Amino acid sequence: MVDTCFLSQGLTTLAGLLLLPFGSLAASQIEDQAEQFFRSGHTNNWAVLVCTSRFWFNYRHVANTLSVYRSVKRLGIPDSHIVLMLADDMACNPRNPKPATVYSHKNMELNVYGDDVEVDYRSYEVTVENFLRVLTGRIPSSTPRSKRLLSDDRSNILIYMTGHGGNGFLKFQDSEEITNIELADAFEQMWQKRRYNELLFIIDTCQGASMYERFYSPNIMALASSQVGEDSLSHQPDPAVGVHLMDRYTFYVLEFLEEINPASQTNMNDLFQVCPKSLCVSTPGHRTDLFQRDPKNVLITDFFGSVRKVEITTETLSLQPDSGVIESSYKKDQMVEELMEPLKYAEQLPVAQIIHQDFKDAFLLSSGFHGC
Amino acid sequence: MAAAVRIFLLVLLLLGPGGWGQAEPPRDSLREELVITPLPSGDVAATFQFRTRWDSELQREWVSHYRLFPKALGQLISKYSLRELHLSLTQGFWRTRYWGTPFLQAPSGAELWAWFQETVTDVDESWKELSNVLSGIFCASLNFIDSTNTVTPTASFKPLGLANGTDHSFLRYAVLPREVVCTENLTPWKKLLPCSSKAGLSVLLKADRLFHTSYHSQAVHIRPVCRNARCTSVSWELRQTLSVVFDAFVTGQGKKDWSLFRMFSRTLTEPCPLALESRVYVDITSYGQDNETLEVYPPPLTTYQDVILGTRKTYAVYDLLDAAVVSNSRSLNIQLKWKRPPENEAPPVPFLYAQRYVSGYGLQSGELSTLLYNTHPYRAFPVLLLDSVPWYLRLYVHTLTITSKGKENKPSERSPQPAPPPPLPLHVPQHLSSQGYIHYQPAQDRMQPHLLEMLIQLPANSITKVSIQFERALLKWTEYTPDPNHGFYVSPSVLSALVPSVVAAKPGDWEESPLFNSLFPVSDSSSYFVRLYTEPLLVSLPTPDFSMPYNVVCLTCTVVAVCYGSFYNLLTRTFQIEEPRKGGLAKRLANLVRRARGVPPL
Repeated sequence: MVDTCFLSQGLTTLAGLLLLPFGSLAASQIEDQAEQFFRSGHTNNWAVLVCTSRFWFNYRHVANTLSVYRSVKRLGIPDSHIVLMLADDMACNPRNPKPATVYSHKNMELNVYGDDVEVDYRSYEVTVENFLRVLTGRIPSSTPRSKRLLSDDRSNILIYMTGHGGNGFLKFQDSEEITNIELADAFEQMWQKRRYNELLFIIDTCQGASMYERFYSPNIMALASSQVGEDSLSHQPDPAVGVHLMDRYTFYVLEFLEEINPASQTNMNDLFQVCPKSLCVSTPGHRTDLFQRDPKNVLITDFFGSVRKVEITTETLSLQPDSGVIESSYKKDQMVEELMEPLKYAEQLPVAQIIHQDFKDAFLLSSGFHGC
Repeated sequence: MAAAVRIFLLVLLLLGPGGWGQAEPPRDSLREELVITPLPSGDVAATFQFRTRWDSELQREWVSHYRLFPKALGQLISKYSLRELHLSLTQGFWRTRYWGTPFLQAPSGAELWAWFQETVTDVDESWKELSNVLSGIFCASLNFIDSTNTVTPTASFKPLGLANGTDHSFLRYAVLPREVVCTENLTPWKKLLPCSSKAGLSVLLKADRLFHTSYHSQAVHIRPVCRNARCTSVSWELRQTLSVVFDAFVTGQGKKDWSLFRMFSRTLTEPCPLALESRVYVDITSYGQDNETLEVYPPPLTTYQDVILGTRKTYAVYDLLDAAVVSNSRSLNIQLKWKRPPENEAPPVPFLYAQRYVSGYGLQSGELSTLLYNTHPYRAFPVLLLDSVPWYLRLYVHTLTITSKGKENKPSERSPQPAPPPPLPLHVPQHLSSQGYIHYQPAQDRMQPHLLEMLIQLPANSITKVSIQFERALLKWTEYTPDPNHGFYVSPSVLSALVPSVVAAKPGDWEESPLFNSLFPVSDSSSYFVRLYTEPLLVSLPTPDFSMPYNVVCLTCTVVAVCYGSFYNLLTRTFQIEEPRKGGLAKRLANLVRRARGVPPL
C-alpha cells in the first residue's frame, strides 16, 4: 500500500516536473496574448465626420452624421478632437417644425442634435478641397485650431462620410465630387506623413463599397453600407417633420453603439454583423486586408471611444518655485496707471463734425484701400 | 519635502509684494441681468446681459491670470491690439414698427466690427486673422469675411467705449447676411460665461426654447470703460447679450399671459455665485396707474423708474441676491397675468423706423429703395445711413434720389452760412452734396463692395425715400454658390440716429444704473442714440443652368454616333454572302442515321 502510494506520488511529481516547463510556456503565451489584446498602439483618438448633402430633403444625412457624433462624444472623444462638417443646417432650418432639434427616431424619441454641439465646418465650407486639406494637414496658417486635424503617428482616426454617391464617387453639396482614387491618395499622404496609427473608414451612401476599393495604404479598415450596384435605403419618415429621418445602415449602427460604453470589450466582428440584408435591404461590406491586426482583437472603443493609455513612470521631477517671476508678475499686475486728464466717451453722431469733415482724408481713404 | 516647499511659498507670498495680511480684492466683477419687456404687438422680448468688468491693462502681454474674463477673448485683445470688438449673430428680424425701438439691434446673420489700436501697422491683415480666429471660437463661418464684404465706414460706428481719437482707418465693418445661427453658436457663447449654464440667469438659456422664437440675437461686445466716476483709469468691459422675442400667441396657446417657465421651460433658483449683481427687470410701464389691468406674480419688492429710450418707464425688480426673493418656494417663476384685456388703443409707434426693398423686373436691372419714417409730430432729426452693396450689383450713383414729402431732400443742409462745397470723390451728383455729408466709395469687381454713407435730415412727420438703380452682373462659373437659385443677399442698411426724447434723461453713473441703460454713451439728454438695421435683401442673379454641359455632351455624342457613325458604316462596310451554317448536334445525328439507312442527308 505504502509502496503504491509512494510510487503514485513519485509519478505525479515526475509528471509535474515534466509538465512544468510546458505550463510556464503556456502561461507566458497567455500573458503575451493578453498584452497584445490590450495594447493596440494608439494614444489618442480623432474623428472626422462629414455630411456632404445640402437641402432639406437630405435631412437624413445630417441626422446620420449627428448620431455618430453623439456616440463618439458619449464614448469619450472630446470636441477638440472631433472635426464635424455639416453641409447644411437642418436644426434651425425654417422648415423644421421643432427648431434646434434633429431627430433620429420617428415620434421624436431621440434628439441627436442636443444642447452641446460644435460644428467646425458649416454650410459652404464643406467642400472637397477643405475636406482633403483637413485630412492631409495642408491647411492655411490662419485656420483656427478647432478646424484642424492635429493627429500624430499614434492616433486612431475614425472617418465617417455620408451623402449621395455612386460607383467610385461621393457628391459634395450637389456641385462637386470626390472620387475613390482621390480619397485613396489622400490616405496615402496621411500615411507617408504618419498622420495616423490606424484608420477606420465608414461610408453610408449608395454603392458605398466602391469608395474603399482603391485604398492601398496600410492599417485601414473600411465599412460601407452597400455593395457596388446597390442603393442604400433610408429608414423611416416622420409625418411631423415630413422627411426621412435616418438611413438604415446608420440607424442600426446607432442602435448598436447605444449599447457600447467606454469599458466594453465588443470587437469589430460584431460591427460587421450589424445590418444584415433582411434589415438593411442592401448588403453592407467591409474590407480588412490592409489592416494588420485581426478584427476580432480590435475593440470598438479603439476607434469610437477615447480610452487613454497611461504610462506609469517611477522618475521624479522636482519643481523649484521661481520666486523672482512670481513677485515681479504680481507687482506689475498691480501697477495702476492713473492718467492726468480724464478720458471721455466718443460722441456717437457728431453731426457738425461729420458735415465739416475733411474731405481730403475721405478721398485718400476711398482710393487707397487696396493700393492704387 | 512638499510641506517644506509649501511653507516656503507661503512665507514668500506673505513677505513678497508688500506683505499681504488679507486676500487682495478681485480685479474683475460680473453683473448679470434679464429684462422682460412685453411688446406692443403682444409678443414678449427677453434680453439677457452678462457684463464682466476687468480692471487690468490687457495691452501688456504678460497678463496670465484670468478669472472671470474668458482667456480666449483676453488673448485675442492683446494679440491683435484691439480697442473694441463687436460680434453679433442673429436669426430673424426686429420689427421696429410693431415692437418699438430695441435696446440693441443687430442685423440678420453675422456682423463683426472692430476698432484697432493706433499701434497696428497692417489693419487688413489683423482683420483677416481676427475673423478666422473668431470663426473657430464661435463655430461660425466668419472666415468668409474678406475684402469683398469688408468696408471702412467714415462716419458711422464711432467707438462705443473710451476713445481719445477716432481715425476711421482703424475701423473695419463686415456683415454676412447668409450666416445661420443655431445651437452650435450658442454653445461656445455659453461657455464664455463665468457660470456657464449651471447657475444664475444662464440656466434659462436652453437652445430648444431660445430658437423657437421670432428673433434671436446673441452678441459679444468688448470695449474700454471708465473705472471710476472721475474716469482717470481704464477697465475692460465684456458684455454678452442675448435677445429673444417669444411669439406669445404660439407659446402661450392663445393667451397673452406669460411666465418664465412657459417661455424658457425652466425657473430661476439661485444667482451665479460669482456675480456681484443678479437681477430680473420686468417692464410694467404701459399698464401704468391702474393695477386692474395686470398682475405680476410674485409681487416685486422694489421697482425702478427711469427714462429709457426717451420715455419714462417703470420696472419691477427681482434681485436674486436678496434672500427674500427666492426663499419661499426655492425657485422664482415670474408670471404676468392679464386681468382685463387692455383697451384697444393703437400701439405706440416709434419715432424712427425704416424699410428697404428691391423693385424692378427681369434679371438685368433693378432699384434699391430705403424708406425712412419720421413719425415725430414737430421735430426733425438727422440720420446717418450706411449702405454696403456687393460688387455684383452695379450701382448707378447718378440715379441716387432722396425725396421726402414729394420734394427732393438734399442731405443735411444745416449750416446757414454758405461754405464752399469741398471736393468729393468720384462723380457724386453735385445737387445732392452741397453743404451736406455724402461719401461714396465705388466697388471694384471681386475686390471691394460699394459703400454709400450719407447724413440725411428727416423732416417732421414724413417719409423719406432713398433710391438708387443698379444692374446685375454675371458671375464666373466657380463663383456661384452650390445653391445659386436661392439668390444672393445684400447686407442690411445701418441707420444711426439721434432721436429726440419725450422726457429728458438725467445722466447717471454707469455703475449704478442697470445694464440696459448703459449700452450707448449719452452725451445729450434731449435725445438718445439708436442704431437700427433694415431687412437684408435677397436678389436673384442671372444663373446659368449648371447641368447644361452634361446635357450638351450627351446630346452631341449621340448625334455624332448616330449620324456620322451610320454614314461611316454605309461608306466603308462591304457585304459578303455567307453560307448558312450546318445544323447542330441533332441534325448531325439524324444525318448519321440517314446515311446508315441510305437516305440522302438533310
